[in-house]
Amino acid sequence: MASDAIAIRAQGVASRPWVELVHEWITTVDHKRIGILYIVYALLFLVIGGIEAMILRIQLIVPQNNFVSPQVFNRMFTMHGTTMIFFVAMPVLFGFANYFVPLMIGARDMAFPRLNAFSFWLSAFSGFLLYFSFLGGNGLYGAGTAPDVGWWAYAPLTARAFSPGHSSDYWTIAVLVAGFGSVATAINLIATILCLRCPGMKLSRMPLFAWLNLVMSGMVLITITPLSAAQIMLLIDRYLGGHFFDTQAGGSAAIWMHFFWIFGHPEVYILIIPCFAFMSEVVPVFSRKPIFGYPVMVGATVTIGFVSMSVWAHHMFTIGMSSPANAFFTITSMVVGVPTGIKIFNWLGTMWGGKIQFKTPMLFCIGFLFQFLVAGLTGIMLACAPFDWQLGNSYFVVAHFHYVIVGGILFALFAAFYYWYPKITGKMLSETLGKWHFWLFVIGFHLTFDPMHIPGLLGMPRRIYTYEPGRGWEIWNLLCTIGAFVQAIATLIFVGNMIYSYFKGRDAGNDPWDAWTLEWSVSSPPPSYNFAVIPIVSSRRPLWDLKHPEDPDSQYE
Amino acid sequence: MSELAAAVPSPPQSWTLPHRGKVGMAGLIIGESSIFTIFVVAYIYYIGKSLSGPTPREVLEPPIFFTVCLLSSSVTIHFAEKFLEAGNRGAFLFAWFLTALLGGLFLYGTGHEWHHLIYDKGLTISTNLFGTTYYSLVGLHAFHVTAGLIMLVIVLLFGLAGRVGPEHSLRVQVLSMYWHFVDAVWVVVFTVIYILGR
Amino acid sequence: MNSASFNSQRPGATHRLLSILLLVVGLLLAAGLCVAAPAPPDNPVPNIFVPRSTPANMIDHLSLFVLLITALIFVTVFTLLVYVLVKFRAKNSDPSHEPAQVYGSTQIELAWTVIPTLIVVVLFLASARVIHAIQDAAKPPSAIDVVAVGHQFWWEFRYPSLGVVTANELHIPVSDPTHPTPTYLKLLSADTDHSFWIPQLNGKTDLIPNRVNEMWLDPHQTGLFLGQCAQYCGTQHAKMLLRVYVDTPQSFSAWVQAQKPPANLDASVAAGRHVFETTACINCHAVAGTPANGRFGPDLTHLMSRATLASGAAENTRENLRLWIQDPDALKPGSLMPSMKLTDNDLDALVNYLETLR
Ligand code: HEA
Ligand code: HEA
Ligand code: HEC
Ligand code: CUA
Ligand SMILES: [Cu+2]
Repeated sequence: MASDAIAIRAQGVASRPWVELVHEWITTVDHKRIGILYIVYALLFLVIGGIEAMILRIQLIVPQNNFVSPQVFNRMFTMHGTTMIFFVAMPVLFGFANYFVPLMIGARDMAFPRLNAFSFWLSAFSGFLLYFSFLGGNGLYGAGTAPDVGWWAYAPLTARAFSPGHSSDYWTIAVLVAGFGSVATAINLIATILCLRCPGMKLSRMPLFAWLNLVMSGMVLITITPLSAAQIMLLIDRYLGGHFFDTQAGGSAAIWMHFFWIFGHPEVYILIIPCFAFMSEVVPVFSRKPIFGYPVMVGATVTIGFVSMSVWAHHMFTIGMSSPANAFFTITSMVVGVPTGIKIFNWLGTMWGGKIQFKTPMLFCIGFLFQFLVAGLTGIMLACAPFDWQLGNSYFVVAHFHYVIVGGILFALFAAFYYWYPKITGKMLSETLGKWHFWLFVIGFHLTFDPMHIPGLLGMPRRIYTYEPGRGWEIWNLLCTIGAFVQAIATLIFVGNMIYSYFKGRDAGNDPWDAWTLEWSVSSPPPSYNFAVIPIVSSRRPLWDLKHPEDPDSQYE
Repeated sequence: MSELAAAVPSPPQSWTLPHRGKVGMAGLIIGESSIFTIFVVAYIYYIGKSLSGPTPREVLEPPIFFTVCLLSSSVTIHFAEKFLEAGNRGAFLFAWFLTALLGGLFLYGTGHEWHHLIYDKGLTISTNLFGTTYYSLVGLHAFHVTAGLIMLVIVLLFGLAGRVGPEHSLRVQVLSMYWHFVDAVWVVVFTVIYILGR
Repeated sequence: MNSASFNSQRPGATHRLLSILLLVVGLLLAAGLCVAAPAPPDNPVPNIFVPRSTPANMIDHLSLFVLLITALIFVTVFTLLVYVLVKFRAKNSDPSHEPAQVYGSTQIELAWTVIPTLIVVVLFLASARVIHAIQDAAKPPSAIDVVAVGHQFWWEFRYPSLGVVTANELHIPVSDPTHPTPTYLKLLSADTDHSFWIPQLNGKTDLIPNRVNEMWLDPHQTGLFLGQCAQYCGTQHAKMLLRVYVDTPQSFSAWVQAQKPPANLDASVAAGRHVFETTACINCHAVAGTPANGRFGPDLTHLMSRATLASGAAENTRENLRLWIQDPDALKPGSLMPSMKLTDNDLDALVNYLETLR
């Protein structure tokens, strides 16, 4: 495209001393670099969290295994859960939002670039703080290293009496600080999306990517903050002798559960909505059709956002709530299925009548559709309170949420990586390695998480470091562990692909997928100021209008 | 992109977007509201659940005077804003100073109340559930007043140095949004602690 | 919409997708069969689909209904997905122009909003009925009351009206539908959260400090039912196993009679008893009829009437008992009983004594 002429050439960074390069990255306020920092940081933690998962799986491969001690196992699932949610999923999604929201709405940067850098470094710091607990958690009592209270840290396990030393403090402070980083990023994204759109980019013309990230940011503001509040209370309990969650002094353990899940449930939608955003960008391009039912997609997302704030206690069906409360949370949880279903159907509607190209990003999207469907339906089973009295806290729940998180979030993320890697680096990822990655990951995923439902039905609770033989759980656990290894190999291929393609990949050009949103109109990688001339748009697909002057979208508005 | 611009010949006639400072502050306020909501919920939930004394009725006196101070500071900051917009620097500085003074008075009031509760009534954060929730909620609010006060004073100092003019009007409005929020929160906190909770 | 691709089906791809579909369905069926297969009697698998008690039965029926509906939704949407993938894949022979650009359709959107809403209503009504039936069931006067207290890593059971205290292994009578004797559990916790879960008898209910929860069991078949603590409660959450013996009314009364009397004071084991009562044991353990009245650990008055030690961590044999007292961590690392560091002689005497506590 003609924009080559104004895109500045890749800067000659290689020739400069590395100190300068490092300094440049550490002090950067460029949204694209911060985005990359977020993504790389999250990938690092994905490998760490993945290794922790492998330790869990190896321990459970046979009954009464002695690979790790119970203490270590408990630390591993706590660190695995906390790492994966707060230091993998959140930052990687913020990374993509940071990188692409300004590009897609025709802005030169985020609304508050320095705040942006600050948020990233807060998140980075909190991740390192959490891992520092392996060294510092002992405290003066020599009690435990990393936190071992589970990722919900239910009271009163976190009280000083049950959690001496500092391990729980590291957990609390790390999550609190990460929360501040997330809130700041959310404010930044909202301000960017509302205030920096290029001329013509009305709200009704924004790419769904921007819309969904706007909804996600709104949810972050309203629902991460209760967690921060609860963490502050916990710190008051632990350090100032407060009694918020002190059952000895009349405090309530259940109120922590409420506070945690008022955050925790919307949190999972905070994670999935940006993945819906990836889907809504990738599926149309590889189906060669615009997204089906754009306004409905926006409406459904906003509905999910609102409804998901009233379902939290479906994680607490077993705590002995009154029957009306159980019924209420059953209906609200099931109702979320309606707008979510609308999204699935709209993606299918987008593919319907299209010309579907099975490139790697699209393969991952198809995997997402299939797995998210199954996971959503197991979610409906859990939402049925009596069914949950059986399933709650069993491996069925673990299977449900890995189905959404790995089968959904991770698959959508992989789609996003294959789709936007060319934009970020200027190089295509290898399709061959990509297909290997996809198929191995699909096999590993299903080998791990399909059998995992069954021990749950057979009475296997989660968070147990070992189990008795003879309860019918052995074979399923064995399969899960084998599958986890296949996933690890697939992940290695993915990492290998990114490294290999960075050096040896095909040049991407500006617009390798023949796509329609603004980020594809600039060079790959984009220049630091993004747009030499701020673009003006008159439809939802500015590049379609450009490529099809005879039949532009703007004519239908 | 030049091509792109060419393909879209007519830029929209009027293209105005909200001010990012205000949007950012609105976001912050939404987030903060939710933090306060959780603390308020905890306070209400634990009313009357303490296992030992003292009870709120025994030790709490509604701080009417200091509440009036804080609420009137919302009025003075509003006028300060208007004065600045109109370019009336002297009046702006005076109203701004009053705001900071009233805020400072309020903080003094909180400090005084705490001193009284701790030394005369023996209520600390670890005494009972009431102590825990009371000091946390009021403390959280006082922390926000302090943060606001620091910013007010910074602006005041710049103002005294002659560096604040009508061109900073929007920024001052952003700060004033925060201050109004802190005041509004106090209304809730006051109602919950001194009316509902007693 | 595009209709030009009717005649150009590629059989290869269709076959591949079909076989994947068959594979998935086959796997699901195989899994279903494994789950549904009856468990061998002396080796009970705590399968939620093999209910043996009234509330578990109700949950089972509801679950099967929910599974059926979700399976139907799954098959419908999955078929749609496969159809779309096969039908609308890009063909090499395609001319390069783009397919018809379709932006949406209000009728279709309406359809896929309304139909799921109706399904949700049905699912909700079915759930609400069962919630009400289980949670608001009236307690018959003939019900047995049991207080269950969760401790870091063991269960305490008290039968207030029968004057029995025991641990880890709950005995309840089978309930005859014509003359129901359901067991009502009052669930308390002494420290952290726990959860009482015997899948074949009922769903789980948590034991939360500072809170009283309730649940009921109404078994209609005798036998041993297994379960375990289902809420993470600390290091040894994994070995907080539960056994429920559903006895015939006769054997239940016999059991109660055997549990009531204070401990057997056999003079031949006085040495062991002396060790027990002069070591820290009595700070944590109670033995009725002796000075030992600690509450921190399980009541040992009728220790030998239990099949397992330390909440199912080991079988209740002499060797295990000895090992347990010598070094609890060997059987249950992280349990809250300290190692007592007794000499071999004392240990043997002590175990001799414990073995008389029947
Ligand atoms: C991204 C993450 C994500 C997403 C999107 C979801 C989606 C859903 N989840 Fe899940 N969930 C988790 C992550 C997620 N979950 C996690 C992490 C946990 C455990 C946390 C922990 O304990 O550690 C959990 C736990 C969890 C529980 C608690 C279980 C327990 O601990 O006892 C419940 C109970 O209701 C539940 C329900 C649901 C429901 C109803 C949905 C719905 O949103 C699903 C909606 C989708 C569909 C229904 C499919 C598509 C719809 C159609 C095809 C239309 C037709 C459908 C109908 C008419 C029903 N989830
Ligand atoms: C984003 C969220 C996320 C992700 C991606 C995952 C991914 C995985 N998770 Fe995890 N998981 C959680 C979030 C997540 N999980 C949460 C929130 C909990 C609850 C915690 C709690 O109860 O408190 C949990 C709990 C949990 C448990 C239950 C523990 C228990 O209750 O006892 C298990 C057990 O199998 C498990 C396994 C796995 C596996 C096998 C993967 C795999 O998909 C991982 C695959 C990835 C890799 C393997 C990384 C690649 C590694 C390399 C490239 C290096 C090579 C290394 C080796 C081969 C050693 N997870
Ligand atoms: C500090 C408290 C403490 C002391 C002292 C103590 N125990 Fe224990 N004991 C426990 C606890 C707690 C358990 C339950 C452990 C578990 O299941 O996790 C237990 C369990 C047991 C059991 C198994 C009971 C059952 O029903 O399964 C036996 C037997 C036992 N202790 C014997 C002894 C003897 C003998 C001594 C003294 C030599 C002793 N204990 C000293 C706390 C203590
Ligand atoms: Cu008790 Cu887990
Ligand atoms: Cu949820």
